[in-house]
Formats: sequence, C-alpha cells, structure tokens
Amino acid sequence: MTDLGRVLILAGGLSPEREVSLHSGGRLRDALTRIGIEADLADVDAATLPALAADPPDVVFPVLHGTSGEDGTIREVLDLYDLPYVGALPPACRMAFDKATAKAAIRAAGVATPAAVTLPREAFHDLGAAPLIERIVARLGLPVVVKPRAGGSAFGVTRVEEAGGLAEALMSCFGYHDSALIEQAIAGVEIAVGVLDTGEGPVALPAVEIEPTAGAYDYAARYTAGATSFFTPARLHNDVLRAAAQTALTAHRVLGLRDLSRTDMIVDEDGVAQFLEVNVAPGMTDTSTWPMGLRAAGLDFAVVCRDLAAYASDRPAPRG
Amino acid sequence: MTIVALVAAWCAAGRVRQVVSRSVTLDRWRDRYAQRAQGMIASEVRALFAVASRPEIVSLAGGMPPVDVLPLDAVAATVSELVLSRGAVALQYGSAQGDPGLRARICAVMAMEGIADAHPDNVVVTAGSQQALDLLTRVFIDPGDVVVTEGPTYVTAINTFAAYQARIVHVPMDGDGLSPAALAETLSRLAAEGARVKLLYTVPTFQNPGGITLTPSRRAEVVELCRRAGVLVVEDNPYGLLSFTGEPVRAMRADAPDEVVYLGSFSKTLAPGLRVGWALAPPAVTARLVLAAESAILSQSMFTQLAVERYLATQPWAEQVKAFREMYRERRDAMLDALDEAMPPGVTWTRPDGGFFVWLTLPDGVNTKAMLPRAIAARVAYVPGIGFYADGSGGTSVRLSYCYPPPERIREGVGRLGKVVRDELALRDTFASRPSRR
Repeated sequence: MTDLGRVLILAGGLSPEREVSLHSGGRLRDALTRIGIEADLADVDAATLPALAADPPDVVFPVLHGTSGEDGTIREVLDLYDLPYVGALPPACRMAFDKATAKAAIRAAGVATPAAVTLPREAFHDLGAAPLIERIVARLGLPVVVKPRAGGSAFGVTRVEEAGGLAEALMSCFGYHDSALIEQAIAGVEIAVGVLDTGEGPVALPAVEIEPTAGAYDYAARYTAGATSFFTPARLHNDVLRAAAQTALTAHRVLGLRDLSRTDMIVDEDGVAQFLEVNVAPGMTDTSTWPMGLRAAGLDFAVVCRDLAAYASDRPAPRG
Repeated sequence: MTIVALVAAWCAAGRVRQVVSRSVTLDRWRDRYAQRAQGMIASEVRALFAVASRPEIVSLAGGMPPVDVLPLDAVAATVSELVLSRGAVALQYGSAQGDPGLRARICAVMAMEGIADAHPDNVVVTAGSQQALDLLTRVFIDPGDVVVTEGPTYVTAINTFAAYQARIVHVPMDGDGLSPAALAETLSRLAAEGARVKLLYTVPTFQNPGGITLTPSRRAEVVELCRRAGVLVVEDNPYGLLSFTGEPVRAMRADAPDEVVYLGSFSKTLAPGLRVGWALAPPAVTARLVLAAESAILSQSMFTQLAVERYLATQPWAEQVKAFREMYRERRDAMLDALDEAMPPGVTWTRPDGGFFVWLTLPDGVNTKAMLPRAIAARVAYVPGIGFYADGSGGTSVRLSYCYPPPERIREGVGRLGKVVRDELALRDTFASRPSRR
C-alpha cells in the first residue's frame, strides 16, 4: 500500500438528500482527519471541476446520495479527469441505482425480491390511471409500497393499505422521479447488510436490523436519533443471517459493484431474505446502517475508509 | 489483522454459536423526553429547504431581509464607537427587562404606528419578537388551553404554541383579514365546549403568510369580541412600518391598551442577526414577562441592545426604513406582474400592500407539499401552505416571499413556478378519476 495522499470527499449537490450527504461527508472528513489523513470536503457545484483540474486530489471519495451521486454521473465525470475514486464504476451505478433493473438482475441470479410493477408517469396519463391502478392492485394485492424508481432516504415512498390511497401515493412519488416502482409490501424484519472490499475480495458485514419505534422507516425515522431501534447483528437465526450475507454479496457481484455497498432486505415470515435495493454510496451519518455494520464487526470507521481510499488510489486508471 | 480476517473471525464466531444481538443506542434518552418534545423530529421539507439554499435555486421560501443593502460602514462605526466608549457596560450583564435607553427609543418607534401612550416601563426587550411570543405563551398557556389564530398563521408561532401543548384553533380570513363573524362563532362554540381560550394571536398588518391586512373597523370588532370573551389579543407586528402606500397602518394596540399585547421587532427594519424585538404589555403582564425572561435568559444581550440604541440615536434609521419600503415595493410589483403572466387559470393570490409575502392558492386536488420536490428540481422553492395551519389545512396553498431575491430573480422564479404548477395540474387530472372500489 502506498502512502495515501489527499482525499477529496464530494458531498452535498442538489438532490433532496443534500443534507444527509453533507452529514455523511462531514463525518467521513472528521474520521479521516482524526487518523492523520489529509481530507477535504467539497460541495458539488459549478466550481468543482475547475478545482479538480487545478488541484487534483490523490483520490476522490464520493458520498453524494441520490441522482447524479449514485446514478453514475459523478463517477463518469471523475473518469473524464482520470481521477481514481472509491466505489463502483458508472455502468454498475446505473444498474444499481435503478431499482427495477437491479431487482431484475438480482432475481435472475436466483435471489428473492418482492413482486413489483414499474410504470412511468406517462403511462397513467396516456392509458388512464383508474384501469391501471385497478389492475396493479389485482396483480400485487395490498398493501403495496410505492417508491420512486430511483432515489434514497425514503423520499417519495408511501406504504399503501387501500386501493383508494394509491393515486395520492403515486402523485407524491412522481415528485421525485418520473417512474414509479409499486412493490408488494412484505411483512417481516427489515435489515441492511453492508459489503466491504479493501482489496481482498468483498466481505459482508453483520446485518443491521431496523425497527422503527412507530410506523414506517420513513425520513423522520431515519434521521431522528432514537426514532428507530437498531440491532447488530439482526435478531435472526444464524442460517438466516448467513443467507442474508450471501444475498448482499450476490447483489454486489451481480451488479458489478466495487469497494462498498449496502443491500436493504426484508426477511419474510419464512425466513427468506428478500432483496429490496442496493446502495452504491451508502449513508455515513450517525444514524446510518453501513457504519453500524462496521462497528458490529469490530472495525474502525476511519481505518476502513482510509483503506478504501488507499485501495482506490492504488488502482490503475480504468482507461487511457 | 486484515479486514477480511476480522470479518471472517466475526462470522466464524457466529458459526460456532449464535452471536448475541446488541441494540445500537443512538439516543439513550429516547424514552425520557417530555411530551411537548415528541413532535421535534427530522422532516423531509426541512431537507428540501437545505437544497433551496443553493444559489442555483430561486428561493421564494424564506422571509429573510437582504441585509447586504444596509450601510455596513455605518453599522461598523456604531459598534466600534460603542465598544470604545461604553464597552464595559455593553459587555456586562444587564436586566431581564432590557436597557432603559433602548426601551425609550422603542416607544418612539411604536409612536409611528399610532401608539402614543407607550411607557418604557411596560416594554420588555426580547431576543427577536419570537422570544416575546415564547414568554407570553409560557406565562399564559397551560396544556390544553386554546390559542385562537388566523388560518393560515405564522408557522413558528404554531411551533411555539405546540411546544407549550396549546390547542390551536384557526379562524378564517378573507381579503379584509380575520373574519369577526367567524371569530364570534368560534369563541361562542369554544365557550360552549368549556374550553379555556386564553389568547388570540394575530398578525393584523401585512400578515405572514397571507399578505393580508385587517381593516380598521374589523380591528375594533375583533378587540371587542376578545374583550367580552376575556381573551388577550397578541398583536404580532414585525412588518407594520413596511407599508407600500406611505402611511404606517395604525396598530391595534393604539386603541386598546388594556386588551392587546403588542410584539415588535427590529429584524425587518434593521437586521435579524441582532435578535432585538420587544413586547409592550399592560403593567401586570409586563411584570410576569420580566420574571419569565429572568428565568429564561437572566439578562438580554446588552451588546446588541446598545448597538441598536446607538444606531437609532446616530444614524438616519427612518430613511433606511423608507429605502427598505421602496425596495420591497419594487419586488412586490415584480412578483405580482410575474404571477399575472405565469400562472394558469384557477390559481389565485393575495396582493399585499406591505410586508414580505404573497399567499397563492392552487385549484382543488393539488398537494403543494408533494409538488415541492418537483419545484426544487425546476430550481424554485416556496413554503407549502400546510405548514401554516395546525390542523392539516392549507394543502393547496403556498407562501411566496419577495423580500430577498432581486426583481429579475423573482420574475425568473415565478416563471419556473408557473411551469411547475401547470405540470402539477396535468398530474392532478391524470389521477382525478379514482378507481372503482366496488
């Protein structure tokens, strides 16, 4: 491992997850600084590219959440500047960020994932919302979860118990994305499994169990300290935990991810871990599950992030 | 030990025996918070406002005055002179009621709004008028007591009342402000219920968020209704001097010294960063407010109080207010013209004669909270109307403020919003017919 030089953390941006991302980035910068690594935090805006060109860092650690942070855009741009960075390459990001595509790829690899229908806003407009909604309910049953096809932090996500609530949920969802993923709501235990690879192959971190104190794991439950109870490892049988770890590793491998990821799952009543989605830039705030998984495995957040950055900076540039 | 080895060791431990789950405690006091703090949680709308602060976005959301137009050299000279000449006083504790010199100047400010009988003894200086509202609520409200307010009303007043577990009851407004008929009906209904109605909270002049002004005849009616019901009127008046028609609007307090507590502020007429506001109250109420202030903060900031006092004494502050009025009038005009141009039929809005805000109402079936992320994506921000009600109303409305962006940015922002609204109406029409549930 070479000596790690300056790490530039990219955070913020214009996505609804801006604030979350700035928290993640700030926490990462403080951790790296504490162990003697030179780390800067930059909000992404029109000044970013001139700064990258004028004073290129040794490695970039993107913790941008949401569109442009996780859909591959920022990494495509970093590739244009021949800058090494932590995390997956753009094509893998594009696949992972699109929940419908990711679910299809995971299902093809033999992993269970809740039945879902993905439809763009235009379909409801052009074909008529009422018959479509009726058909969706007939196919998936109730309750369902309506999600933007891409995006994080539960923005625009609504759990729908009755058919009458679906139209409003879709309208709210279309505030964040022009396409909606309507997914069967599975009763069970919600878990998040982090994956980490600092050069010796991907390993799954202990599963973090998520139990909102009241209601759903929505924005308030995610970012109000204490509004959700977390358990590490999840209070599940060893066999289930092992299977969940395998699912997270499968998602990481099948989608071609790199360095780090986090897979969210629901363990249903039969003990099957069903894939919900995977994140290529997992949250690193005080209430985020990826750092909790590290801690549960006895790993130090700062050291792991340093190793991720060092591994990325040693990696040969992908092109040219 | 490498990471793989560490994680492998952890997994191996699990193979041999079931690893004991640990609860990750993010807030060990979670079960200890007071009931009144239960609503203090992270919110999606706040997260979206974090994006709205970026320069790419035209923010018609916040009610910030553009303080960069202030003569900063004059402010600097005033503060410098203060420290050099009276530094030992400015940096020392003061009284909970506030500096007597500043209180005298505040009385002169209120005289501009027709309050001729204000005495410095009945003025309490506070950290913005927000603190005056907090102290008043603390002094008057037990859990379950009723505060009657306009609907919509100032969002942070709602939060203050909620923090003291008040029950908030709205009375509707029309173009002339709070409806006395509706107020009479509400007060008698509440009396019949046996509710303890303590306060009427009103922003009668250039209301936040409505941009509406209560007419003079209605002011008298409202005060009389409250007098008969034994309800104290809280007149929150931060915008009173920012009239676009010239004359300041006569304060309710001017004609009802025993029925009204008046809240004032230098946040809009000088600078919000100073946090200097005040309450003018009947003597007995003043005494309680001073004791409440003492327990809350011991002493107001002497430094900012004296800075304001010196600024008022040595600088042409009234001229500054006039310049603010002109600037805001130009911005109001820009917003109203742009709304005329950009908004589709069926959208209505108020036409304020002063202050900072326009209240825009969209056709039924539109949810302005759900529309906000689309607006942010289109690079314009507003405040969804639902925040200005305690009862979940206001879903089709938005508050637009014209105080901060210059006119060309206002026009650009309103143009963007017009497109967002049209798109929203198309979405509403798409989902207008609900599926048959038979």
